[in-house]
Amino acid sequence: MTDSTAENGPHLEVRVWRGDDSAGKYVHYQAPLREYQTILDVVTWIQRNAAPTLSYRFACRVGMCGSCAMMVNGKPRWTCRTQVNKVAKGNRLTLAPLRNLPVIKDLVSDMSEFFDKWQEAQGRFQPSATREDAVASVAPQSAQRRAADAGIECINCAVCYAACDLVTANSKYLGPAALNRAWTLVNDVRDSGQSARLRAVSGSGGCHNCHAQQGCVTYCPNELNPTASIAGLKRATLKAAMRGEL
Amino acid sequence: MLTVRMHFFQRLSALVMAPLVLVHLATMIYAIQSGLDASEILARTQGSLFWGMFYGLFVIAVAVHAAIGLRVVVYEWLKVACAGLEVFTISVGILVLGYGGRAVVAVVF
Repeated sequence: MTDSTAENGPHLEVRVWRGDDSAGKYVHYQAPLREYQTILDVVTWIQRNAAPTLSYRFACRVGMCGSCAMMVNGKPRWTCRTQVNKVAKGNRLTLAPLRNLPVIKDLVSDMSEFFDKWQEAQGRFQPSATREDAVASVAPQSAQRRAADAGIECINCAVCYAACDLVTANSKYLGPAALNRAWTLVNDVRDSGQSARLRAVSGSGGCHNCHAQQGCVTYCPNELNPTASIAGLKRATLKAAMRGEL
Repeated sequence: MLTVRMHFFQRLSALVMAPLVLVHLATMIYAIQSGLDASEILARTQGSLFWGMFYGLFVIAVAVHAAIGLRVVVYEWLKVACAGLEVFTISVGILVLGYGGRAVVAVVF
């Protein structure tokens, strides 16, 4: 079914998921094909010109906020920085909400469990000093700071969570983003919550469940390596367990 | 579903199995060069404390490794959880240990 026809000229054939978890279907639209357009541009065009009730999520449009991720031709992408000409084969696109998360409506996933797991993994900084203390000195070249730096640029887009087959198979699994965040904090020398954090990532949904398939590494738009962070957590928890601290 | 303890034992059992598998394969390839049959193999292994300990350790490592590995498969693919998962894991371990131990006894004694 074609709900709209693009203006004259080259165009894209776009299938967009309409509906939620209980019911829905792919609806076909045509959108103009333009040079350097992004997937988010296409979705915005469809909403403004063909489907005003289409729901999707975005904010910054420059790859910083992590809110516009969705499945593009079956693969998780940050849509504001994904150019159509890099991913559309034969000018065809299939757009769906992020995998592994409940769907609120159309292209909007419910991110609650993603952020709940972030908290479950103790992914928040626990200060060890007060405002009366001097500012902590952290050597940029120290091994711990370099390890934290390697994972710190996560934008919470949930692309890794959608790419992870283990999340699909094991709904309790904390997921690559939450564990990556925990690893950056394990390497923060100012943090005082390490014991609780290591216990949190050693539970039944913790880091030891990771099969190192590296879907997260493949699709992370910021080219982070959550698999390496999770391997770091495995080592850290093992050492803590052998010291009797878990 | 996999805890740090299980992770530790799976890695440890893999570490134990790796050299044992290599020694086993190398020994088999060497031993059959001139065409050994079962009775000749048994003649060399029966009464041998070394081969008894070698394959005894191998069976223990396999029992631990297979039980934990299959636990993951059963949980992720068949969604078996809670008590059922624990029973399955322990059962696989005991089964492999039982059959493997029986084979070791038959070869060494």
